[in-house]
Amino acid sequence: MAENTDRSVCPATVQLLGKAQQEGVSTAFFRADQVKPCPIGADGSCCRNCAMGPCRVLLPRGKSDLEVEVTGVCGATTDTISARNFLRMIAAGAAAHSDHGRAVAETLIAAAKGEAPGYSIKDEYKLMKLALDFGIEVGDRPIEDIAVDVGRAALAQFSQQEGELAFIKKAPLKRQEIWRNLGIVPRGIDREIVEIMHRTHMGVDQDPESLLMHGMRAALADGWGGSMIGTELQDVLFGTPQPILGQVNLGVLKPDHVNVIVHGHEPLLSEMIVLAAEDPEMLALARAKGAQGINVAGICCTANEILMRHGIPIAGNFLQQELAIVTGVVDAMVVDVQCIMQSLPKVAQCYHTRIITTSNRARIPGATHIEFHEHDAVNAAKAIVRAAIEAFPHRTGRVEVPPHQVDFVAGFSHETIEYLLGGVFRSSYRPLNDNIINGRIRGVAGVVGCNNPRVEHDAVHVAMVKELIKNDVLVLQTGCSAIACAKAGLMTPEAASQYAGGGLAEVCETVGIPPVIHMGSCVDNSRILMAATAMVKEGGLGDDISDLPAAGAAPEWMSEKAISIGQYFVASGVFTVFGVTWPTTGSEKFSRLLFEGLEEKVKARWAYEPDPIKAAKLMIEHIDAKRKALGIDKARERVLYDMAMRRELEAL
Amino acid sequence: MSKIIASAAIRGAHKLVARAEEKWQQAMDRWGAKQEVGFPNTGYYLPVIYGILGVPVKTLGDMEPVLKRAKSLLPPPVREKVHLPYLGPVLDAGMATMFAEEIIEAIRYLEEPDFYTKQEEPVDGRIWLGAADDIILRRRGIEFVDGTAPGFAAVVGAAPSPEVAAKIAQELQEKMLYVFMAAEHNGVRFGEQLVEAGVQIGWPTRLVTFGPDITSAVFAIGFATRAAMSFGGIEPGDFRKILIYNKDRIFAFVLAMGTVTDEWYATAAGAINWGFPTIADTPIPQILPTGVCTYEHVVSNVPHDHMVAKAIEVRGLKVTVTKVPVPVAYGPAFEGERVRKDDVYLECGGGHSPCVEWCTMKNMDEVEDGKIEVIGPEIDDVPAGSHLPLAVVVEVAGRKMQEDFEPILERQIHHLVNYAQGVMHIGQRDIAWFRISKQAKEKGFKLRHIGHILHAKLHQDFGTIFDKVQVKLYTREEDVLPILEKARQVYRARDERIEGMTDETTDVYYSCTLCQSFAPGHVCMISPERTGLCGAYNWMDCKASYEINPTGPNQPVPKGECLDPKLGRFKGVDEFVAKASRGKIQTYNFYSIVHNPMTTCGCCECIAAVLPICNGVMTVNREYTGMTPCGMKFTTLAGMVGGGVSTPGFVGHSKYYITQRKFIAGDGGLLRLVWMPKMLKEEIRERFEKRAAELGVPDLLDRIADETVGVTEEEILPFLEEKQHPALTMEPIL
Repeated sequence: MAENTDRSVCPATVQLLGKAQQEGVSTAFFRADQVKPCPIGADGSCCRNCAMGPCRVLLPRGKSDLEVEVTGVCGATTDTISARNFLRMIAAGAAAHSDHGRAVAETLIAAAKGEAPGYSIKDEYKLMKLALDFGIEVGDRPIEDIAVDVGRAALAQFSQQEGELAFIKKAPLKRQEIWRNLGIVPRGIDREIVEIMHRTHMGVDQDPESLLMHGMRAALADGWGGSMIGTELQDVLFGTPQPILGQVNLGVLKPDHVNVIVHGHEPLLSEMIVLAAEDPEMLALARAKGAQGINVAGICCTANEILMRHGIPIAGNFLQQELAIVTGVVDAMVVDVQCIMQSLPKVAQCYHTRIITTSNRARIPGATHIEFHEHDAVNAAKAIVRAAIEAFPHRTGRVEVPPHQVDFVAGFSHETIEYLLGGVFRSSYRPLNDNIINGRIRGVAGVVGCNNPRVEHDAVHVAMVKELIKNDVLVLQTGCSAIACAKAGLMTPEAASQYAGGGLAEVCETVGIPPVIHMGSCVDNSRILMAATAMVKEGGLGDDISDLPAAGAAPEWMSEKAISIGQYFVASGVFTVFGVTWPTTGSEKFSRLLFEGLEEKVKARWAYEPDPIKAAKLMIEHIDAKRKALGIDKARERVLYDMAMRRELEAL
Repeated sequence: MSKIIASAAIRGAHKLVARAEEKWQQAMDRWGAKQEVGFPNTGYYLPVIYGILGVPVKTLGDMEPVLKRAKSLLPPPVREKVHLPYLGPVLDAGMATMFAEEIIEAIRYLEEPDFYTKQEEPVDGRIWLGAADDIILRRRGIEFVDGTAPGFAAVVGAAPSPEVAAKIAQELQEKMLYVFMAAEHNGVRFGEQLVEAGVQIGWPTRLVTFGPDITSAVFAIGFATRAAMSFGGIEPGDFRKILIYNKDRIFAFVLAMGTVTDEWYATAAGAINWGFPTIADTPIPQILPTGVCTYEHVVSNVPHDHMVAKAIEVRGLKVTVTKVPVPVAYGPAFEGERVRKDDVYLECGGGHSPCVEWCTMKNMDEVEDGKIEVIGPEIDDVPAGSHLPLAVVVEVAGRKMQEDFEPILERQIHHLVNYAQGVMHIGQRDIAWFRISKQAKEKGFKLRHIGHILHAKLHQDFGTIFDKVQVKLYTREEDVLPILEKARQVYRARDERIEGMTDETTDVYYSCTLCQSFAPGHVCMISPERTGLCGAYNWMDCKASYEINPTGPNQPVPKGECLDPKLGRFKGVDEFVAKASRGKIQTYNFYSIVHNPMTTCGCCECIAAVLPICNGVMTVNREYTGMTPCGMKFTTLAGMVGGGVSTPGFVGHSKYYITQRKFIAGDGGLLRLVWMPKMLKEEIRERFEKRAAELGVPDLLDRIADETVGVTEEEILPFLEEKQHPALTMEPIL
């Protein structure tokens, strides 16, 4: 069995794994030792889409489906089965993000109608911009009316049956053309997801390439649809993030406080919990129970959401959810949707922690269910906080809060980056583009995604990101990957001089930013799309996202959402590398389509490389190739302007 | 930014905004909210605030929301560890600093009305000039437009010694840059050092001592901001365009000399918003990554002998300076320098001796290129304070040379000779007047150097229209007088030829897009009877300019079919204008102020406006600062009609055009003119009377009202009626 020090580079995690072992608590880390990945499933070679099977379409050892054909009962070939499985992952991922976006739209409507006490419109400017995107009349109408229309228009994006999603028009024109020419512009979010389920049903679409085209369509409906709606409307409801100081790792838990952990993905509930925890009545109650106060901390993307807007500390990322309970000081863990381990109530049984499920879409046996509705959010939040306070006196067992807590800077939205680079009066992406062109910054990488106990926790993220910044690649992050690098101290401005190459460090010093930029939760990957688009529109780096010296990665991925994100990045023109494992290895044919064939369709492709340094090198090679294509691989001569050249300048 | 700079700049911004607020509160207590405030004679109020925020600050009370805005822009101090990003916030802090500095300076004008000279030059030992008024802005602005001044250096602090200051100033002058000075280092100021070193300061020598404190640096930024509004035609409040305009077109930078204080950092951060980088002589942190400025933002620890060269490189400026073989400094910055009576070593002309300059064309074999002859006594042969007769004869030859170009070359003598430090030139033709200073003589300047200057510079600027040039300088009266006689005959012949040219008999007009470096979209069209509105270019100049540079800003435009002979509309011209204005202007009329008048840019000499009650037209020259009967001062008018737009009822024009036959001919011509400033009347009296006589109203000028009669239509109408001004009986102008 592996040593705990080999399981994670995060010291708090290593420490608590020891405590868990001593106390006989099962965690994902240990279960991963016991439950080996299903070898057929891992290759994507198992088809259980009908009752003639399940069929294992395994190839003879050492052979690929380029040489040998193996089929299921219905005759489906390995590559078709692989493609169908891959598409179903996209469908699930896109569905998860999009259902999240839908909930936000519903809350916006309720808030605007005054039917969701506690919620209000925090970013009117963004609301107006969205109104323009959706073609909603602004005029002198009350802000609430506009918000209702924006919310309805957003909801309509889900059920829309024809035409194009509204946010598609935010993409660079050339990218839109590519999508239109391929016929993969999403019509409606739900429609594309439903169609995946239909196409992958027994006996429907059996051409891997045709399947993949539709997979991209659904993935785009996530990135430029559901996820983007989620991000944009959350900004309207909760405010567009601005740079903020945060603390991360399990050391943020306070033994003498009531600790409430919010875990999951939607900020709708956690925002209210944050408010309830500041409520004087709650604070008084907490003190009455002997606590010094109420400490709210986050795990997973919920953590990222409330960090970005309120500076609420982050207790940890995905693989730390069980370990948080192991500290013995978590009085309640409140969860909503996505990435919540069913093991939580079981772990909690060893302690006093209350596991509270809140979403009617996500219940867990053994947890307390306090259903949360936006119409009565404040009371639900108070009930949850009260439950935590009441649990506080019942703490049992040994308390051990690891002394690990790291400061970092977060809160980078695409709008904020624009502001930071030029202030109110000169805001633009120009300095970023300029310094990419002049080579101080080699390129930009989006490193995102989950944790996976099949690899050393956080290690792959941190190694890859360090390698990238060492080579002057600016890294944009979201999700659990961002939390990993924050814990490793890469998200401080000081990290620039410590870890980044000279050019990148110089730019970081100029702007005052860390070399690794935290852009939020996993729905906020749409922020990276917007940032990439802004770079294209600023000029000098080509006219499509695929021209940018940029790459993406999810080195510790595990969820189906990651596949959907990866696919919408590739379909948007970003070379994307995944680590850990690859779900289509059973079919060389389909894998080649993903790793090579896509290039001619969408000018970008997937890659799989579990070694973080090698993966980083692939990304850097790609960035260098793009630099060369742009003609910015060589130093440029300084242009000195005389009067004639000034006359040639276009009028503003 | 660097963290050190960011921290200091934010501290400095907090201090300056607090100071502005304190000053403002005191002023409010003393004078109250209704007290008027402002910089002298400007239509741009407090120009940075007006340009960036679009807020016209007219009273103390108007400053309150500006201060509020400034405070809202102030970021919190930069944390020692894990600080938040600061570039954007620091640029905002810099902008808040600019607002604060402008408020502080405006209150200084109120508290100490005589603190600044409000003149172009020092007065009685008072060297602080204060904000440039709009007359200076426009006069100097043209130099920015045509490239004779590619930008400015804002010098803050002081050099280690007056000698170093003088050397840096001269280097900047030689690079044709303006030098704007503010702030002190160790109690010493750059401007004071220049005075101590015996350097002539003031707008004419481009060495502008704005003020003693760092807050005076805002006058430089205000100048740049007004340039964007007046020449760039950008609306007040359109801050982004104003700032980018400056980044792209106004080549300015800050030279920080001495200890960089928090307030300096804050001011420098403000300047970066405009794209103006800072070059420092001290080892402060550098900001080399590009983006907000064109290249680096802060370059430091630059040795004094490299500062100017470094600054020019960092700002991305190309200055082409031909080395002229003379022993004194040389460049347009010295054009405005005077040689005072007591400093004169040698004087030619000016009433004391005959003096003439004449350019004439010769056959190729008659000219030996570069040959300079002084025929008669040289400067060394006479004692200090002498007078000598002088004839400067410039003989040119070349395959492309034409007789028409002679006067153009001849007219260059004035500024080319003036560019030499310690040499002054006034007048032209047979009223030319030279003064050579003792200092110049001491440095070895001789009369023959006038020849060397002309040879070098004429070749540089006009080399494509001639091949060879030689210069003869006669200094004996017996030689000068016959040349004078001959030259006078030539002058007469030239005048008659030019006078004889008409728009009707000329098929090719010339465009002038020289101003597009500053007024994008603006297109002048120049015909023989309508000179350029800047007064600097007539048809012949354009023709020569085209010969010199066939792809340059002056292009021949076949006027094509005449679509309207009265208003002066031509098919070929319209097509050209539509193209050259990038579609902004589709058509305009040469001779009308009422119907689609020609576009106007910020550098016009005069602006005419329709006065409906008087059934006439007024015009005002930019030197006149008072109110006019159209209800606007020149500067307001220029702000309204400048920037390359066609504004019915208003048109910019040159002074010369008033007396040309086609002056608003489509609306009734010169007889429509009912009001003009007295100073303008006097300036053009001679030609005006001649033209008025042609029109049969020889005393027209005296029937035209001026400011002594009134500055409203109601005030001047009775005068016009009394004088029976012809406009009153003409058909309705509107």
